[in-house]
Amino acid sequence: MQFTIHFGQVVKYIPYLLGGAWLSFQIAFLAFCGGMVIGLAGAMAKTFGNRFLRGIVNAYVTFFTNTPQLVQIYFIFFGLPQFGLVLSPYEAVLVGMTINAGAYATEIQRAGFLSVHRSELEAAETVGMSLLQSVRYVILPHLAKVLYPPFSNLYIIMTLGTSMAAIFGVEELTGRSFNVNAMTFRSIEVFSITAGLYILVTIVASFVLLYLGQWLFRVKGKVF
Amino acid sequence: MWDSLLQEIPRFFTYYNGIFLLQAAWRTIALSAAGCVVGFAIGFFMAIIRITRERRLLAARVPSIGYVEFFRRVPFLVTLMFMFFTFQILKFQFSVFTVAMITVCLIASGFIAEIVRAGIESVHMTQWDAGEVLNFTLVQKLRLVIVPQAWKVILPPAFSFFISFIKDTALASQIGVIELTYAGKVFNNKGFSAILVFGTILIMYFVISYPLTRFGRWMESKLGVSKH
Amino acid sequence: MAYLSIENIFASYKDDKPVLTGVGFSVEKGEIASLIGPSGSGKSTLLRVLVGLTKPKSGRVLLDGVPISYANKKALREARDRFAIVFQQYNLFQNMTALRNVTIAPIKVKKRNPQEVEKEAIVLLEKVGLGEKLNSYPDELSGGQQQRVAIARALALKPDILLLDEVTSALDPELINEVLDTIRLLAREGMTMVIVSHEMAFVREVSSKVVFMDEGKVVEIGNPKEILDHPKTARAREFMAKILRH
Repeated sequence: MQFTIHFGQVVKYIPYLLGGAWLSFQIAFLAFCGGMVIGLAGAMAKTFGNRFLRGIVNAYVTFFTNTPQLVQIYFIFFGLPQFGLVLSPYEAVLVGMTINAGAYATEIQRAGFLSVHRSELEAAETVGMSLLQSVRYVILPHLAKVLYPPFSNLYIIMTLGTSMAAIFGVEELTGRSFNVNAMTFRSIEVFSITAGLYILVTIVASFVLLYLGQWLFRVKGKVF
Repeated sequence: MWDSLLQEIPRFFTYYNGIFLLQAAWRTIALSAAGCVVGFAIGFFMAIIRITRERRLLAARVPSIGYVEFFRRVPFLVTLMFMFFTFQILKFQFSVFTVAMITVCLIASGFIAEIVRAGIESVHMTQWDAGEVLNFTLVQKLRLVIVPQAWKVILPPAFSFFISFIKDTALASQIGVIELTYAGKVFNNKGFSAILVFGTILIMYFVISYPLTRFGRWMESKLGVSKH
Repeated sequence: MAYLSIENIFASYKDDKPVLTGVGFSVEKGEIASLIGPSGSGKSTLLRVLVGLTKPKSGRVLLDGVPISYANKKALREARDRFAIVFQQYNLFQNMTALRNVTIAPIKVKKRNPQEVEKEAIVLLEKVGLGEKLNSYPDELSGGQQQRVAIARALALKPDILLLDEVTSALDPELINEVLDTIRLLAREGMTMVIVSHEMAFVREVSSKVVFMDEGKVVEIGNPKEILDHPKTARAREFMAKILRH
């Protein structure tokens, strides 16, 4: 074997990589929020909308959950210009991830809506709550508890999903690791450090989400 | 624009392009399926190590947790690059398809290990005790009692993972594996309309994934009402 | 000399919290000893020690004068040839029929002849009143029926001592008696048993010795009349008062 491992050369790029991790976080966070908004609208449409509306939402969800996010972004980045809509790599990734997340969020939220049992609403009624009160004290807490775990999970998945932005030249964590690799040729070191950073970031995110969930919604769970 | 698109269609959907696309689709399916099958074997083994209380295997528990968490918490692309360059540096002469295949198997094993673990943990503790007091060995407990019961809990999420894994294999295109996404890039680079090309690729992924999704739902409903 | 002699058993949970702190009593052959006491007193843990599921920190268990070791795998296997246990619930292997549940251990572990084992199993299942349910799966059986199959399964290995750990506690009331009848039958046949139970009337009826445990210790031992009607120690009296109130 004629190679040696030299972490030293790569370690000095760690701040640079961390800057990329910050960008990854931004993308994931924005896309997640956007996705949740779409998801709420979609779930509402599916629960309360007419046949036509439900059909559209179904088609949207089915299509975007059965096709890869990468190809969706390729379509947006290379295809939309043909319609006259040119997006920067960052914008294309953001739009793509948001629309993709929206499809999954719709499903999660719809399942959440369906999980509210009639008996809970009846119980609220019998103790004399108004509609607004039963929404605030019964429905929303229940929904929060049911929706929190799958949404936390989706967030972690999306954080890892931001990695494909590198393919479009966006300089988030993976993108920057490509740059460092090109500069130092210390591939094993670069990518193992990058892997380590992703592991660190997701573990921290998992713990934060766990404690946030316990504090806000009394949702239990564990990381390992 | 639509006119030029319509004109492109016959130029795009030629016999040879079709064959090329089908071969690419085949590689996508092969990577996902083989990855999940091998991933299941490895993942199953990892899950057993993780939940077992046999003293001999305790030392292997932490590495097993580390292994599983690594492949679940590192993006596909990064793991792929790591494998690709490592093999290159170690001068293994693997084809990109082989590299992708190995990567895919390792990543799948991480996720499936967690699915198997949840399935095994769903079997009540007393079933383990009952086997223990009848003097079953670990293998007997697993084979005769635990796995037959865990199976129903493992299969739906495992199949669901398989379906989502098909989408993940799109990233293998980045090291040059000629699967569906790569085929899309090839045609896009050749100058075909991106809408046409990537639209077609999206539809092809859909055609592969959607029937499986429906089948998965059917299977879940069947498992739900089944007797043991 | 007693048939089963339990001497000064100390045992702890995984986190080193002590559960049994010097438990000892003896049981004659054909005798039925009932363990009673509040939750957490260590009754179930003692049964688990006897069958080798929980390792004792110190103390001795002697069967017919011979010490039982729980030190290694081989010793555990031998211990389980002498002691058989029935748990409170989830005894039966859900993926096997009643018959298979009973025959599986003799066939797969003892490596006995399958036809012989099956014949014996059928006799056992008929004895517990489930001759018609040989090919039923646990989810097709009531709780009481499942527990009876579990007893048959324990008997299939021809144990010296049968341990019953609150076997009726998880059952609906109307199903309790069929299980108690089975235990009565075994008592008449002279099976040596150690029973953990909350069914005080049954304990009084069937046991020859009652052991009251509290906080990991044996507090009082006596015959049913003594312990249940005239408990000598304050703790036993407290416990009996609580139990008998409803």
